[in-house]
Amino acid sequence: MTTVQNTPKLDLKQRRQTDWAYLWDRYGIAGVLILLVVLMSVIAPNFFSFDNGINVARAVSINAILAAGMTLVILTGGIDLSVGSVVALTGVTSILLWTAGTPAIVAVVGGIIAGALAGLVNGSLIAYLGLPAFIVTLGALTYVRGFSYSLTNAQPLVANDLGFRGLGNGGIAGIPTPVLIMLVVYVVLWFVLERTTFGRHIYAIGGNREAARLAGIKVRYTLVRVYVIMGACAGLAGVIFAARVESGQPKAGEGYELDAIAAVVLGGTALAGGRGRIFGTLVGALIIGVLSNGLVLMNVPFFYQLVVKGAVIVLAVAIDGLKNLKRA
Amino acid sequence: MTENPIEPLLRMSGVSKRFGGVHALDGVHLELYSGEVHALMGENGAGKSTLMKILSGVYTPDDGTIEINGEAVIIQNPRDALRKGIAIIHQELNTVPDMTVAENLALGHEPNKAGVLNRAELRRAAREKLDLIGASNIDVDTPIGRLSVGMQQMVEIARAVAEDAKILILDEPTASLSQSEANRLFDLVEDMSSRGMALAYISHRMEEVWRLSDRITVLRDGKWISTTGRDEITPEQVVNRMVGRDINDLYVQVDRTVGDVVLSVDGLTNGRGIGPVSFDVCAGELVSLVGLVGAGRTEIVRMIFGADRSAGGTLSVDGTHVTIHSPADAIRNRIGLVPESRKEQALFLEMSIRDNALLGNFERFSTAGVIRRRQANSAVQDRISELRIRSTSMNQEISGLSGGNQQKVVLSRWLMLKPRVLILDEPTRGVDIGAKQEIYRIINDLLKEGIAVLVVSSELPEALGISDRVFAVHEGRLAKEFTRENATEESVLMYATGLSTEETDASGPMGGN
Repeated sequence: MTTVQNTPKLDLKQRRQTDWAYLWDRYGIAGVLILLVVLMSVIAPNFFSFDNGINVARAVSINAILAAGMTLVILTGGIDLSVGSVVALTGVTSILLWTAGTPAIVAVVGGIIAGALAGLVNGSLIAYLGLPAFIVTLGALTYVRGFSYSLTNAQPLVANDLGFRGLGNGGIAGIPTPVLIMLVVYVVLWFVLERTTFGRHIYAIGGNREAARLAGIKVRYTLVRVYVIMGACAGLAGVIFAARVESGQPKAGEGYELDAIAAVVLGGTALAGGRGRIFGTLVGALIIGVLSNGLVLMNVPFFYQLVVKGAVIVLAVAIDGLKNLKRA
Repeated sequence: MTENPIEPLLRMSGVSKRFGGVHALDGVHLELYSGEVHALMGENGAGKSTLMKILSGVYTPDDGTIEINGEAVIIQNPRDALRKGIAIIHQELNTVPDMTVAENLALGHEPNKAGVLNRAELRRAAREKLDLIGASNIDVDTPIGRLSVGMQQMVEIARAVAEDAKILILDEPTASLSQSEANRLFDLVEDMSSRGMALAYISHRMEEVWRLSDRITVLRDGKWISTTGRDEITPEQVVNRMVGRDINDLYVQVDRTVGDVVLSVDGLTNGRGIGPVSFDVCAGELVSLVGLVGAGRTEIVRMIFGADRSAGGTLSVDGTHVTIHSPADAIRNRIGLVPESRKEQALFLEMSIRDNALLGNFERFSTAGVIRRRQANSAVQDRISELRIRSTSMNQEISGLSGGNQQKVVLSRWLMLKPRVLILDEPTRGVDIGAKQEIYRIINDLLKEGIAVLVVSSELPEALGISDRVFAVHEGRLAKEFTRENATEESVLMYATGLSTEETDASGPMGGN
């Protein structure tokens, strides 16, 4: 009661003196991206050009699609560590379907459905058996990888005349298809989160699960749907990857889960759930992409690239942590 | 006591604190004398807690002075406050649940040799500290989380006393205590004051303030209103000063007509000590369940709402048998529940007022899952004005509202459902008197519309003031039914405490099923 008592005033305090802090909260990460682009334009040769911009966008697209689904998962307070393995499995699945003679569309949809099924398994274990998401998806990271190795005998499957190679390599008006798909994914998921019942329920579950249940929200059903969407995003990413390299790679996607989580967290979504925005995630993914691209152009050795990338992620999260300290 | 013409132990004068543009405290003064129990009273937001947080070093004042024994001091942080002899017992306990009582008591200065813990000394010191407050019955080797809230509070007080606190601040100490635990605390408070400590006592409960305090300071809107000896003022005057206006007839009793049975509960039990209970609630009727903390009132209503599993019994709404396994089932059958603890069970603190009101209702305002925003927003807007929710806009984060306004948002969520049965578990906990009155008015409006209302309340005057019928709950059963006419605080308490018993079949005068 006494804590409740002060809340209005404390909040007014924040409102008042934080006009710019609010702006930072909302758009700060976009400012960081712009700064980074300016910085890279100055120091990295050939960075600032249309072609390189397209390169960055294309390079980012797969991670960004994974990170979009991951945003939903993290908003519920969950995590999905299996997405990298699902990328491999679904890529392999689509190539197997194609080489078995099915039409391109069936191969593509088949790959996405394989991803959704992986998500269904994860989501059901998490929601209905109440198992921790971290453990369930850590297990899936291993067994899904195992499936893709066993489907391919651990060898890459090369596909000739791949019917859906355009998904990875084509483009419209100079914009690569993966980038267009990525944008569509973001707009759709933004709409889902902001304008649909389901989206509001995702925030509610992440914010206060017990209150959500007592408000009559079907918590478990909602959670399963979230993991299915995550799986479908991973499937989409896997199919694009396969189309890009025109083969089914059982080793594809290793470590992708971490880049996706990094993009979500960079974008300002709280790992505890309930707070975050999907376009923040897109910006987070772009920051990682711009950084990698700039470092390559500057001929920074690969090992040091890793050091810089990791440090930036920790720094961004630290800034977010400081912000929350002030809030508390 | 106040008669002593001595220097006060503590003098705070002209203390102000601003948060942004708002004056949380504006030139407040407070004097504490050795040996006195000084009650601080005021509505939520009056500034009691801010003042105590300044005293305990959590906030630094913008203005004003603090003197201890006539010497001006600056309290830099909670640690510094403790060094100066000021300790605070927060409403939320500060313990590490998995560590033992002894470990908790030694936290931060464990007896050790080169970093190796001296367990024997640790336990000896703990026993010594507990003896100081006459709580030697607490086992120092029990993990503290297994103790009742009251016992844990005792341990915290023992820690403060052992650290030689001269000034002890108790912030709503009885909020989650049972009656016997509270009585024990009262004895301890009296004992500490007789030993010369000064106690600042924050509480909303008039009865205990009257029992314990020597003097009463009233704050309102961050301003000092009055400080008086307890015998120089009446509870009604204190309330008037707290709200700044006369409260006449707090419990609105508008004439209402009771209709047919709406909710019928028959033999409901969880198989583990709660129930079986059977009772009816009629249209336009308010029935309340009263009893001590732990009597099972909340468990009963949570079963009705499907929040907890029941092991037997049947429910019907408007004469139709209903099966409820989850809150979603209850809502489908138009039963709503405003839960006991707002923050943990009802609010989405990161979300807006709008979303908080609409959650659980979104389906009603959506087509194929897409929210019809205009319609949803205008429904929320209607509720905001109808319930007089004070806010800047419906997009404001709910965490910025006062407890009373937050509760009204939770109420509006359920009103939008157009329930047949609305269950309110401690509907006025943690809200100030003004908001209480408004909540009673809202409940009254619901009753006039013919909704059946079931209330759980720990405040007897409230329960008796608003109810048509009252059930005294004791050890998971309905011990006795009272009508408004024959219920007195004494008689209800006799049954709620188990001092009187009478095996009732617990079906109301309206007849069973």
